Amino acid sequence: MRIIVCVKQVPDIEESNVVGLDSETGVIIREDVPAILNPLDTFAVEEAVALKEKHGGEVIVVTMGPHQAEDALITCLSMGADQAFLLSDQAFAGADTIATAYALSCAIRKVGDFDLVFCGQQSLDGETGQVGPMLAENLHVPQITYVKKIDIVDKQIVAHRELEDMYELVQCHMPLLMTVVKGINVPRVPTYSELGEAMEKDIPVWGPEDLEAEESRLGLSGSPTRVTRVWTPESTSAGTVFEGDPTDIADQTAEILIELLED
Amino acid sequence: MDIQVVREMCTGCGECEQACPFGQIAVVDQKAKILDSCVSCGACRDVCQPGAIDLSPFLDNENPSPDAYRDIFVFAELREGELRECSLELLGEGRRLADKLHQELAAVVFGDDPSGLCRPLISHGADRVYMVDDANLGFYRTETYTALLTAIVTRYRPSILLLSATTTGRDLAPRLAARLGTGLTADCTSLEIEEETGVLLQNLPAWGGKMMAEIKTPDHRPQMATVRPHVMRKQEPDPDREGEVIEIPVQINPRGIPVKRLKVVKEEQPTTSIEQAEIVVAGGRGLQGPEQFAIIEELADVLGAAVGASRAAVDEGWTSHLCQVGQTGKTVRPKIYVACGISGAIQHCIGMEGSGTIVAINKDREAPIMRIADYALVGDLFQIVPALIQAVRTKRRRN
Repeated sequence: MRIIVCVKQVPDIEESNVVGLDSETGVIIREDVPAILNPLDTFAVEEAVALKEKHGGEVIVVTMGPHQAEDALITCLSMGADQAFLLSDQAFAGADTIATAYALSCAIRKVGDFDLVFCGQQSLDGETGQVGPMLAENLHVPQITYVKKIDIVDKQIVAHRELEDMYELVQCHMPLLMTVVKGINVPRVPTYSELGEAMEKDIPVWGPEDLEAEESRLGLSGSPTRVTRVWTPESTSAGTVFEGDPTDIADQTAEILIELLED
Repeated sequence: MDIQVVREMCTGCGECEQACPFGQIAVVDQKAKILDSCVSCGACRDVCQPGAIDLSPFLDNENPSPDAYRDIFVFAELREGELRECSLELLGEGRRLADKLHQELAAVVFGDDPSGLCRPLISHGADRVYMVDDANLGFYRTETYTALLTAIVTRYRPSILLLSATTTGRDLAPRLAARLGTGLTADCTSLEIEEETGVLLQNLPAWGGKMMAEIKTPDHRPQMATVRPHVMRKQEPDPDREGEVIEIPVQINPRGIPVKRLKVVKEEQPTTSIEQAEIVVAGGRGLQGPEQFAIIEELADVLGAAVGASRAAVDEGWTSHLCQVGQTGKTVRPKIYVACGISGAIQHCIGMEGSGTIVAINKDREAPIMRIADYALVGDLFQIVPALIQAVRTKRRRN
């Protein structure tokens, strides 16, 4: 089986409040923030590697980002991916989800035939979850999103989709694209020696010419959306503060709650 | 949109003929042929194994100008044949924006005999309803719904298309946006119309909720957004409102749908659905463990409240993910929200800041939740919460 996983390197938001915005282009500046492999993507990588171990084949990881995004690919290789490609060029910068999905689809076409494409449910920073379905559309393959469990039965994929208040069991032929949710598996933690081996691997860097992409559909110029403003949500003014004896606080609060409820 | 058959690759298998909902592709002399009334919905492309159907979105220079598009379309979602609450909210917001633009609001509804839903869609604000009725539309299917919406957008050219940020909306909208070659924003929490240009301003939390961003789709149409449920307000239904119903005839062959549904398993809901509850008592990391979380349940019980939780408490496994409030959980706007041991990261606040009265219990008076609270109770929650349970019980008994 040939499995492609698309991943993203993201700023470790939990670790940082630093945010900047390029006032001219409206592009988010993400320097000085530690970068990690998008946590939800680790489930996609694990699922791909586990399927390979069970059914044979190879796992190829693709990402688009600055040169440092290579670190995210090394993480994937250390988890058992066989090969990784980095799309990195000024032409890709400022891409929204449409332009990102376009570039990734060009890269996957270059990688060649596949049985499965995996994506994480969404990224930690953008949280759109849009690239997966957009990529499936560009690749002309069916999509199954929010996948919580995968079985292969008679060469068909049988997947559990986790929806708001129900599970849906669906079946589809390959090739197809799936986005997986947290908890579909327990991503392995690579050992130091696995990490060391991964760092030895060659990671080709591709630009627009390598992808035979239409430049007008890449990066900021290929993005239908524009970020026009970013701001920090303001906190409203403080209300009434109760301090001191817990029983007094509780009494006053109980009074207020009961009054509100009886309104 | 531009659609073509690549003759050299076509094997004349006829799958496309079966899949086309509009009967606009036919195998003639062993090759597929696109007929005159094709709306480029793409259903044929989804089933063409040899890849002989070439469907490309308009590129910038070929796209009709934004002026060729008008009106706001809202995709109305069904759950078991009933309109979902979030779709009515979306109509309320769509109505407000349409009035601002002096344009019309249309609802789009697909289903297995959805004709009875057209009336409520109109009374909740729609001027027009585009309805597609087919036995195979009883539940959401990516391929069919994408194709039908593509056909409707291509034919009627809405300027704005809104969907709910549900699992359905977030599966459908990106596939559709990529097919149409237009922009899409995810999980918007407020929408506005730019005065000078009439462009849709799409506001949403960014960077895990640490920032807010305003995003526009200046040149591409329709301007597409998914909107977070429970944030917008629905209109009071007006039974006298008039509107037009336009039925779009289709014929859907289930064979043309690659992903088959085998079965559905309902998940048990917590006893009081948190989104409908008048009062929510929520616990966070400050509770320190699953046993202590029980005091939250007890307080909820005496107040007749639903139990909520921060992401931290859910991640620790102290309670069900169905209780999670915030960016990646539910958005609630109860009359009263009691936050116990929740610091109030923006990710959490986004999900509850619309609540009527916020009561926060926290040992740290500087915690962000204390700043948005109407009543900030400073102290040890393991003392305050039991005292509160006692006090509510006593006062209730006295009254």
